[in-house]
Amino acid sequence: MAKLIHPKRALSTMPLKSSAPLGAAMAYLGIERAIPLFHGSQGCTAFAMVHLVRHFKEAVPLQTTAMNEVSTILGGADQIEEAIENLRRKAAPSFIGIASTALTETRGEDVPGELREILSRRTDFADTAVVYASTPDFDGALQDGWAKAVEAIVGALVPRVTERDVDMRQVTLLAGSHLSPAEVEELVRMIRAFGLSPVVLPDISTSLDGHVSDDWSGCSLGGTPLADIGRIARSAFTLAVGESMRRAAQMLEDRTLAPFRVFQSVTGLKPVDAFVRTLMGLAGVQDPPPSIRRDRARLIDAALDAHFHTGGLRVAIGADPDLLFSLSNALTSMGAEVVAAVTTTQHTPLVDRIPSGEVILGDLGDLQRAAQAGGAQLLLTHSHGRHVEHALHIPLVRVGFPVFDRIGAQDVCRVGYRGSRAFLYEIANTVQSIHHRARPEDFGAAPIPEEFEHVPHAARH
Amino acid sequence: MTDALKSRIADVFDEPACGTNVSKSEQQRKKGCAKPLTPGAAAGGCAFDGAKIVLQPIVDVAHLVHAPLACEGNGWDNRGAASSGSELYRIGLTTDMTELDIVMGYGEKKLFRAIRETIESQNPPAVFVYATCVPALIGDDIDAVCKAATAKFGVPCIPVNAPGYVGSKNLGNKLAGEAMLDHVIGTMEPAETTPCDINIVGDYNLSGELWQVKPLLDRLGIRILGSLAADARYKQVAMMHRARVTMMVCSKALINVARKLEERYGIPYFEGSFYGISDTSDSLREMCRILVERGADPGLRDRCEALIAEEEAAIRARLAPYRPRVEGRKVLLYTGGHKSWSVVAALQELGMEVIGTSVRKATEDDKGRVVEIMGDDKHMFDNMAPKDMYRLLKDAGADILMSGGRSQFVALKARMPWVDVNQEKHEPYAGYMGMEDLVRAIDRAVNNPMWAELREPAPWDLPLTAGRTLPAPAGPCPVTGIPAGPSRPVTLVPPLPPFASPPAAGGPAVTDFASSRTDFEDC
Ligand code: SF4
Repeated sequence: MAKLIHPKRALSTMPLKSSAPLGAAMAYLGIERAIPLFHGSQGCTAFAMVHLVRHFKEAVPLQTTAMNEVSTILGGADQIEEAIENLRRKAAPSFIGIASTALTETRGEDVPGELREILSRRTDFADTAVVYASTPDFDGALQDGWAKAVEAIVGALVPRVTERDVDMRQVTLLAGSHLSPAEVEELVRMIRAFGLSPVVLPDISTSLDGHVSDDWSGCSLGGTPLADIGRIARSAFTLAVGESMRRAAQMLEDRTLAPFRVFQSVTGLKPVDAFVRTLMGLAGVQDPPPSIRRDRARLIDAALDAHFHTGGLRVAIGADPDLLFSLSNALTSMGAEVVAAVTTTQHTPLVDRIPSGEVILGDLGDLQRAAQAGGAQLLLTHSHGRHVEHALHIPLVRVGFPVFDRIGAQDVCRVGYRGSRAFLYEIANTVQSIHHRARPEDFGAAPIPEEFEHVPHAARH
Repeated sequence: MTDALKSRIADVFDEPACGTNVSKSEQQRKKGCAKPLTPGAAAGGCAFDGAKIVLQPIVDVAHLVHAPLACEGNGWDNRGAASSGSELYRIGLTTDMTELDIVMGYGEKKLFRAIRETIESQNPPAVFVYATCVPALIGDDIDAVCKAATAKFGVPCIPVNAPGYVGSKNLGNKLAGEAMLDHVIGTMEPAETTPCDINIVGDYNLSGELWQVKPLLDRLGIRILGSLAADARYKQVAMMHRARVTMMVCSKALINVARKLEERYGIPYFEGSFYGISDTSDSLREMCRILVERGADPGLRDRCEALIAEEEAAIRARLAPYRPRVEGRKVLLYTGGHKSWSVVAALQELGMEVIGTSVRKATEDDKGRVVEIMGDDKHMFDNMAPKDMYRLLKDAGADILMSGGRSQFVALKARMPWVDVNQEKHEPYAGYMGMEDLVRAIDRAVNNPMWAELREPAPWDLPLTAGRTLPAPAGPCPVTGIPAGPSRPVTLVPPLPPFASPPAAGGPAVTDFASSRTDFEDC
């Protein structure tokens, strides 16, 4: 449906996208006792870390191979080995996820080869799982880095099976980068409600959910346990949420013979219905649990209440494709019109399905122009959208990453029946918060002459 | 790295005005002050980051970052340097280099076009162009592009050559200063000069700290002519060479600029701080002394003393009510540079006990002053691993941590109050009035009743005392079906109830779910 526009510009004004290595780091943080490691210069790591901290308001154990000019030219294999050694000594992680950066990719090292060599030589590293994803900053966005990290984990840690030995109650949930910790939790809750037990990969709902633990570890404070990644081989089915998880789902099918289904959205009535139907089928129940029935009924009521505000609403959205799709789909299903859609990466077939005339591969500058041209009444993008909010005087609903000027970003849930309901309330309430008192001029009439106005006397003292 | 950049770096490492540097041997000095970084144990920003920190507070300039996305995309608009005018400095501008630009070598062309687009869309007085790792690695010559763009568009385009991998933030600070010395300072003349014109170097007006001091300068008739770069306009940097004195606020970052201003234009500099009461007074005193020495009205010194006396008395009176609320509290200070001593002195004045302070980025001079104030160097530490800091805080050695955002969670997760004293903080703490804000922030943090509640044990951490208990349930649990009675099986996770029609064991049901390639039939 939508056409992808790539403005011919050399300048990016107010970047919308976050970099791919950052996405990979985030995915790695969804593994238990993990440390993500950037193969690059220390500045990239510092920036990414600050970015993550500002969003999650959590300490983030992100590390760097600290490439300098010399190691950049000579190659960074030693740096990687030294980094793994130092991290193991310092924090004893069970998992180290390496992501490359623009710097190391520009030079073009054969990191996978070198890593294989290091790991076969350094048998003392054996009790730490090390995976590597190639995520140059100059290619793709956060969502791509996340996907590549998940694929790297699957490729390295999920065992191959030749024969199915299925645990019929176990499903794999591949969670996309656009899901918040609370959203992963909500999906898990729904799956459990059907008597199924999910293995989540990666599971930021237990690591980046914002909890106070009893000690300081220097690794991620939760996430998918390594043992669970091994158990994935026995899952009956893979539920992939987010189109960007398709490749990982496919890889899982190749390795474990588990069929999969990709849910491009789990926000809004129909997408959640599709998710629930799949769960019904997997659980073999015609009767969903009462809580699910009730949540659906309440979503329907919320839609009835909200449609007065969403019908005909002109919205402008800027986000990674998976999120852009699910939110714009949910809004248009409620009668809203997406007048401006800006996204961050072309590596997705989803663009075609975005319910908007065109999708711009661009930045917040593009969003501002398109929103203005389309007469948008509402903005949906991350916190940096506040600049556009101020410029255009239209309200901003903060979605995606980063949300740094609000607390509780990890708790925002817009998926499932319950999350969709909250999302509709959020939109409808923001619309209602816009105060516009109609004036004669709005309808083309001449303003009421001033002389007819009653001017209160100035107070006399 | 180009030879020009190499010699530039060697040059900034050879800093005669830096105490640490002078005490080194020739050999050591060549190596610079950057310690080689440890992979897996390195933290902190890169040289590009450092350059940006120093220059971004020049508010009306377009700051254009020549880089793949990460350098600017992950880092723009994340500092609280306040502006009293233009907001242009807060707009993230980058060439967002793609694979194609890099492989095909389109970098320079793209940069040139980006400069044009910047000038067309933002109409800035100047464009600052930052080099980063990837363009440096592939050999983009930003100096040449800037030169061509300046000639073509008539707007000064200033190359800032500090790609990340050449070193730390601190080196980047200095390289940014060099760029200003080379291309900006001395390129414009002020309409008029006064004998009370000053430069402020190494302050970034974070959360508006400069404005807490400006009223004092206003009352003395002192004008901030040049600024690098607190709330600065491009012109203020270009005219720095006409000031009478330079106040250097951060001793480590831009000493090269202060020294070269003296060498080239005969402007003396002094090092001062606006943190803490006595430091603020000392800075004002020194500033006025030099101004008078250089031709300002001698009455300035008396007016300065009068102002100091008045302001100090006023702030002491305003702080008095806080004393009982903070007295005796133990502070762990984890910051760097000059703040280590200026804040220590201020806290001690209020009866707080500083149990430790970091001297990570402090100079030998700074360290000397800490020893002077604290009595010995027992309480000075260089780096503290988060783990150790967490232990120290958790074991209640301290009542509050004052540090930068990096260590905030170490404190918070140990259920310990924390006050931000670094660059990302949201409150200004400069000058006399800033002292009150700082103490108020400390009071607010340590005396929040929340802490006591949060540290209470959880319900399950206290053993149940014997008391009335409900009679044992008769039948099985209606939800889980677990039978009642003392012999009932206890599992942490109760097994899920069977559903109406459980899936048949084995394979067949799964085959109903072939992988789908379309997925939207109902979405
Ligand atoms: S280290 Fe290099 S690539 Fe990384 S942020 Fe700094 S300048 Fe950019």
